Amino acid sequence: MVSICLIIGGIWIGNNVNLLPIVASSNAPVYDELFKVLFTIGTILFVGMTGLVIYSLIKFRSKPGELEDGIAIEGNLSLEILWTAVPAIVILFVGLYSYDIYDRMGGMQPLEVHHHEQHLMKGSERIWGGIGSSSTIEASNQFTAALPIELTAMQFAFIFHYPKGDITSGELHVPIDQPVNLTMESKDVIHAFWVPEFRLKQDVIPGQPTILSFTPTRIGRYPIICAELCGPYHGGMRATVVVEKTEDYQQWFNQNAKLIDIEA
Amino acid sequence: MTISIPPSNPEPLKSLQPKGWMRYLSFSLDHKVIGLQYMVCGFIFYLIGGALASAIRIELTSPMSDFMARDVYNQVLTLHGTIMIFLWIVPVVNGAFGNYLIPFYVGARDMAFPRLNAVAFWLIPPAGLMLISSYFINGAAQSGWTAYPPLSITTPAAGQIIWIISVLLLGGSSIFGGINFIATILKLRRPGLKLMQLPMYCWAMLGTSILVVLSTPVLAGTLILLSFDIVAHTGFFNPELGGNVIVYQHLFWFYSHPAVYIMVLPAFGLVSEILPVHCRKPLFGYTTMVYSIMGIVFLGLIVWAHHMFTSGTPPWMRLFFTIATAFIAVPTGIKFFNWVATLWGGRISLNTAILFSCGFIVNFVLGGITGVALAQVPFDVHVHDTYFVVAHFHYIVYGGSVFVIFSSIYHWFPKATGKMLNENLGRFHFLITFIGFNLCFAPQHWLGLNGMPRRVAEYDPQFTFVNQISSAGALLMALSTLPFLWNVFHSLFKGDEAGDNPWRGLTPEWLTSSPPPVENWNGEAPLVTEPYGYGKTKVPEPLNQIGTKD
Amino acid sequence: MTTTTPLEKDSQSEVPEKGSTHEHADHRLFGLITFLIADGMTFAGFFAAYLTFKAVNPLLPDAIYELELPLPTLNTVLLLVSSATFHRAGNALQKQNSKLCQKWLLITASLGLAFLASQMVEYFTLPFGLTDNLYASTFYALTGFHGLHVTLGSILIFIVWWQVKAPGGQLTHKNSFLLEAAELYWHFVDGIWVILFIILYLL
Ligand code: HEA
Ligand code: HEA
Ligand code: CUA
Ligand SMILES: [Cu+2]
Repeated sequence: MVSICLIIGGIWIGNNVNLLPIVASSNAPVYDELFKVLFTIGTILFVGMTGLVIYSLIKFRSKPGELEDGIAIEGNLSLEILWTAVPAIVILFVGLYSYDIYDRMGGMQPLEVHHHEQHLMKGSERIWGGIGSSSTIEASNQFTAALPIELTAMQFAFIFHYPKGDITSGELHVPIDQPVNLTMESKDVIHAFWVPEFRLKQDVIPGQPTILSFTPTRIGRYPIICAELCGPYHGGMRATVVVEKTEDYQQWFNQNAKLIDIEA
Repeated sequence: MTISIPPSNPEPLKSLQPKGWMRYLSFSLDHKVIGLQYMVCGFIFYLIGGALASAIRIELTSPMSDFMARDVYNQVLTLHGTIMIFLWIVPVVNGAFGNYLIPFYVGARDMAFPRLNAVAFWLIPPAGLMLISSYFINGAAQSGWTAYPPLSITTPAAGQIIWIISVLLLGGSSIFGGINFIATILKLRRPGLKLMQLPMYCWAMLGTSILVVLSTPVLAGTLILLSFDIVAHTGFFNPELGGNVIVYQHLFWFYSHPAVYIMVLPAFGLVSEILPVHCRKPLFGYTTMVYSIMGIVFLGLIVWAHHMFTSGTPPWMRLFFTIATAFIAVPTGIKFFNWVATLWGGRISLNTAILFSCGFIVNFVLGGITGVALAQVPFDVHVHDTYFVVAHFHYIVYGGSVFVIFSSIYHWFPKATGKMLNENLGRFHFLITFIGFNLCFAPQHWLGLNGMPRRVAEYDPQFTFVNQISSAGALLMALSTLPFLWNVFHSLFKGDEAGDNPWRGLTPEWLTSSPPPVENWNGEAPLVTEPYGYGKTKVPEPLNQIGTKD
Repeated sequence: MTTTTPLEKDSQSEVPEKGSTHEHADHRLFGLITFLIADGMTFAGFFAAYLTFKAVNPLLPDAIYELELPLPTLNTVLLLVSSATFHRAGNALQKQNSKLCQKWLLITASLGLAFLASQMVEYFTLPFGLTDNLYASTFYALTGFHGLHVTLGSILIFIVWWQVKAPGGQLTHKNSFLLEAAELYWHFVDGIWVILFIILYLL
């Protein structure tokens, strides 16, 4: 009875308490789904364990001066099996579920998919990263249409380069609902590209290109935050991603493009 | 049955060591002296590390970088992390309690290698002083306690090198300690005492020491390579010279993940000692507890890359490390359920020791749950390197290990000093620590989820209010040390006499006088085959009623 | 609950009689083994780093040098032989033949020094220096760290030799801990060399 209430309560809390920022990429709803499940399980476990501890402390506290001992139970095999098996099953479930989420976020896509953009990066054969769904709906088709952008990180700025128009910008402009492929490399130390509203993060590593894909789904200006300690001004290393209507983006692009490219 | 020796017994053999408080400043070989040396030294560093944490929290009450310069902030947080881990938690849960208790538990008169033991301790103060003085020389290291290259190669070299040297010294101290514990537990057991009759803390220390011996040397090697990069301009981890920064991260976490279990396994052991005594019940599921420790040791060695989910790891590696990491919840869970089962049906005296232990259970479960969440790659890519992680590990290291340290101090203070701590003051200490702690770190989960990265002196103004709540919690935590310190000093001189066995415990350290004589027992070591036999036989009456007056 | 009282004599007890400084030779050897495991882990870390560097950071073609094999092969032989001679020394001590033991110890030490000398020769003839490239740095770090172990070992052997030799010396067949420890350490250093030789020169 108590446990049923606990589980129902946990599910209710998991579904109704929102601790996360705005959803602004196709990645984010998938993430929030996972968060809900983890939050539900976590709440049930935490409230359950805390409840048991507090209950025991009150119920089984000794009267002042009492010198009696408790019952000498030293163990119980079936209980031990129970509380080995149940967490193991929960963990297995969480693991499989998060694998599924990871897959839907594009984490399992072989990186070769991106390799046609290889010419954008000088030298290295090794690319890492690759998490972030270009699109949850139709990944394979969308990939070819993905907008390639290069990111260079340095102490203490992000520089974006649009190879199609040879635009160099300190602000990341992207059209809504279009997949974006960011290829990233650092000039000095490790930085990290993080947009909380996209629920995505990828380190930007010197000597080691990394890749990140996302599809923005909500118009607005969101902060790009450097999430890896990179020196004194690490806290100030920020930029903005501007998600705009396709027309607005096109206008911005045309204004700045050095090589006008109709495709873009 | 007899519990202690009448005071008329002749004193045991005297060693040629200084007496009185002077011996705590000497190269003493007595494991109890060394244990207390570790304890006091560690606590001093805790106050320093806590003062640094307070500086961090003061800086973060406003979104601007105004309390200290940005590079000073980075130095402060590096020092805070390093001091808290290498000079407070690791030396105290291993060195202090290990040295004090293990010889009692195995029925020995000292550790296997007393001289090595003293050397291990005396490496710590110079290393700590060096580390702190680096701040005044040329600025301390400022690349975080993780010292990731290439940042650690490009920041001012002097501070980073001093940091490396002191961590190497501390690592050496830790390895010497580990060797000593393994030898003592496996080789110095009193004849007749079987492995499966040892108190749980011995098992915890055995597991921890295995981790120390297997992983600390790798850190040492890695830091030596890093220092070559800094001093000799080699290029192991310097991409400009063809090096690879990710290799450093693998090597570093190969030590530093096990290090988190080095910080918490002994705490698990201590809780396993404290709960049965105050619940008057045997420890539930002894055998599974032993296996779960070994399970944690094994799994702990193969999960390190969960700190590197965003740094560019191939997908298969991410998956493997997700599963392996999350599975640590199973052996850990076994321990927690067993503790709750130990509480269940007991005769629990609600004293400070038990309150801190139960506070530990509650906090650690929360920290563990966020840990399991962090282990999921898709979850981690959002919250990695944010305050969510800061909240996760403070729930574990502070809510876990530090709570257990306090619990243990309340539990063993009577043994080490012969005086009782004041219980009411103790409960008050617990209350404000618990409130301050949760006030400080619970809001940080939200901060991390909503976009506040860690290791920043300035942040988005939208987070100001929540940061101020967190800082208020930190203030409360800082204040909570005052009643504790007062309690310790007051009780040391004016406290009630404890008697030999105030808690009516059954483990061997209670079967001698308080404080124990130099060779632990006048006469032979008792053979305790059932350290948790509460409720089975008539338990010894307290030798001194004061100890049980609440 | 069985708690034997201190007054009640436990038949099988051999509680050490005195001093908090009691040490048993066998425990010291056990401690040494544990220490060597730790030391081995340092090398394991270096090996792992070297192998990953090799796997993921391929060098530019002009930075690759073929290592000459003769000298390191000679080194391997030197060390393997020295392991055998050290063993001889131990046997001699057990047979209480102090003179013979000293002889074998000196031979072992000379082999160790010969190893160091030939390693030096190799260092000076190599076409690359410490900071030339990643490969060079790792090469010197690995062999250098090992060479440090050999140096320490050689010093240790001289100490053992001196202790065996000294009139009324402490090292006898009854109290041979130092020799056993040095021998164990020496075998360990040799073993590390063999692994090092394989992955550095042969792979
Ligand atoms: C004592 C220290 C300690 C301990 C014990 C742990 C324990 C765990 N930690 Fe934590 N961790 C740290 C200290 C610690 N950690 C530190 C210092 C960092 C940051 C380092 C830095 O970057 O500076 C960190 C970071 C960290 C990360 C990286 C986050 C990031 O940077 O992105 C991850 C990811 O997987 C992680 C996971 C875990 C897990 C799964 C456990 C598990 O062991 C927890 C297991 C326990 C439980 C789960 C609770 C009890 C179990 C039950 C009640 C059973 C039922 C439970 C379930 C079915 C879920 N930790
Ligand atoms: C291992 C143990 C440990 C412990 C116990 C603590 C304890 C505390 N920590 Fe710490 N912390 C770490 C380990 C620990 N920390 C690590 C590893 C990091 C990461 C570092 C990095 O990123 O590299 C970190 C980082 C860290 C941060 C993040 C910094 C950042 O990323 O920018 C914050 C911020 O709130 C913080 C706060 C605190 C607070 C408020 C306490 C409090 O609990 C402290 C309470 C204690 C006191 C307040 C002492 C009170 C005493 C006095 C004030 C009197 C002073 C007197 C004299 C000096 C004589 N810690
Ligand atoms: Cu760039 Cu932090
Ligand atoms: Cu970890």
